[in-house]
Amino acid sequence: MSAGVGRTTPGWLGAIPAVWLAVLFLIPFAIMLSVSVAQRVPGGFFEPGFELASYARLFTAFFGRILLTSVLIAGGAALICVALAFPFTVILAGMRRRAQTLVLVMLLAVLSLSEVIIGFSLSTLLSRTAGVGNLFAALGLTETSQAYTPGLFALMAGLCYLGFPYAVLVLYPPVSRLDPELGEAARSMGASPLRGFLTVTVPVLRAPILGALILVFVFTLGAYLLPQLLGRPRHWTLSVHITDQAIFQSNLPLAAAMAVVLLLVALAMVGLALLLGRQREAGA
Amino acid sequence: MKRRSFIATGAATGLGLMAAPAILRAQSAPLRVGTYGGYFEDSFNEHIFPDFTAETGIEVESIGTPTGEAWLVQLQQAARAGQAPADVSMMAQVARIRGERAGLWAELDPAAVPNRENLPGHFVHEYEDGRFYGTGAVSWYITLVTNTEVYPEAPTSWTALWDEENRDRLGLLALASNSFLLEITAATHFGGTDILATEEGVMEVLDKLAEVRPNVRLWYRDEGQFQQALQSGEIPMGQYYHDVTGLAAADGQPVRSTFPEEGAVLDSGSWVVSSASSAIDRAQEFIDYMARPDVQAKLARFVGTAPTVNRELTDLSDEEFGAVASDLPPILPYYDLYVDRSDWVNQRWAEMITG
Repeated sequence: MSAGVGRTTPGWLGAIPAVWLAVLFLIPFAIMLSVSVAQRVPGGFFEPGFELASYARLFTAFFGRILLTSVLIAGGAALICVALAFPFTVILAGMRRRAQTLVLVMLLAVLSLSEVIIGFSLSTLLSRTAGVGNLFAALGLTETSQAYTPGLFALMAGLCYLGFPYAVLVLYPPVSRLDPELGEAARSMGASPLRGFLTVTVPVLRAPILGALILVFVFTLGAYLLPQLLGRPRHWTLSVHITDQAIFQSNLPLAAAMAVVLLLVALAMVGLALLLGRQREAGA
Repeated sequence: MKRRSFIATGAATGLGLMAAPAILRAQSAPLRVGTYGGYFEDSFNEHIFPDFTAETGIEVESIGTPTGEAWLVQLQQAARAGQAPADVSMMAQVARIRGERAGLWAELDPAAVPNRENLPGHFVHEYEDGRFYGTGAVSWYITLVTNTEVYPEAPTSWTALWDEENRDRLGLLALASNSFLLEITAATHFGGTDILATEEGVMEVLDKLAEVRPNVRLWYRDEGQFQQALQSGEIPMGQYYHDVTGLAAADGQPVRSTFPEEGAVLDSGSWVVSSASSAIDRAQEFIDYMARPDVQAKLARFVGTAPTVNRELTDLSDEEFGAVASDLPPILPYYDLYVDRSDWVNQRWAEMITG
């Protein structure tokens, strides 16, 4: 079977994505690396060169805190997204075909919204003057209308809105292929639906769940608009500071060094997650 | 012989013809002028560029640019590749000085810009060796703005920013180099901006400024975000541009701009030409035109900016002048701080704001 696939798919076809990867990722990354070690000219731009001064600036409690903030916010968003998306997808897969298509089309429609639109819509929706606070006040839940933005809640709501469709789209294929007899077997052995879900469905789908977590984590780690629009300064992620350095302070070496560190941290987190996943699988 | 010369002439004509479209294009290509995208660009398109074209025959292609250093970075990157995304650009002062340090601006011929005589010295920009490269384009004030429905009484002093009554009600600019909050704090609490000359002084000012943090709901980078919140009363007080606030008020929005007793911040933009531009002559003509007193008066009337030429040269009435400027002594930005000590200041600023 695999030999047949090898014969009908010419080997050179693989070169196309390889070239694409080199052009669109490796070359820009190499430029970024070279800029990150370039020499910063105070009051000007930068000169090509090799120095680690920009990296040295990152070894401070300040940047450590920002990096931790970024990882915690992205990790939190990933956990919330997948925690919501997994049961959602299981229920979705149990629905009739027509309803499934409708829901998936709606999710894809969400993907077409830009971060800017999501950010501004949420900041209006959570505002004191035009937002849900007025509804709560009218219902008598609160005395006067309140603002729920900016803050951690607003930021998480925005990031999860952004990441949720991705989590569902990663989980949907394996969940819809899941053998329904597994759940039925658990129930026939006397497990409650919730117990069956937790002890059978979740462990079987550990790999796609991990995949969804990683995807949302990496995706939200790069968000820089939502933390500005919906977060307080203490929620500004490394991406926001990279933007400030690159766009507003024209300190490209420092911005590039931060971006390299962010990329390495993201890769390390992904590697760690995969390693933990494999170990647990081997242990089980 | 004849035939040979015919062929030679023919070849030359052919080459000439092939080259001709490029030359024609270069001559008829419009002068690309970069101004801040949005309101500024729209106003220049409506009130300034058509008259300039009518008078000089030079077509203008308007380019909306981001404010501040974002555009500087783009110009710099493009110039390295020999490209000029715009011929003439309006640059904020810190970005202009940075461009000067990097030698990014094309040298201009002083004789081609006679109207530079109308400008005060600080609006005639030269390299250290005296080469002339730019002029003051427009100036504007950053004032204390309020929503009139939330604040029936106008505040009178910048001290309102520190007032505990205003908890979680302020919108302030997010960066040291465009908010000039260090200067505002120094003028309000330390008797002037001289304290910013030393790092210890800056730290003292930053500590004082850190006290406003509980009052700040939004540290904004995007002007539109704050203006919308100011108009709706969501964020009813803050610092903003006098010109835009006046226009919003004229549109019936419940907003007002106040010149505080300590003075408002007087900032400005300057015309500079990218060294990669191939339209220096026309750029000079444009810069000279923009330094005419009647054009500066028109800018004040229609765009709402304060004139860069001396007021006496213009025919602005007291009322017209009052709408765009004030006779109160302004707070002048301490630009050197953001050029010479920019990395240090930005780092301390970021620590203060996120702390």
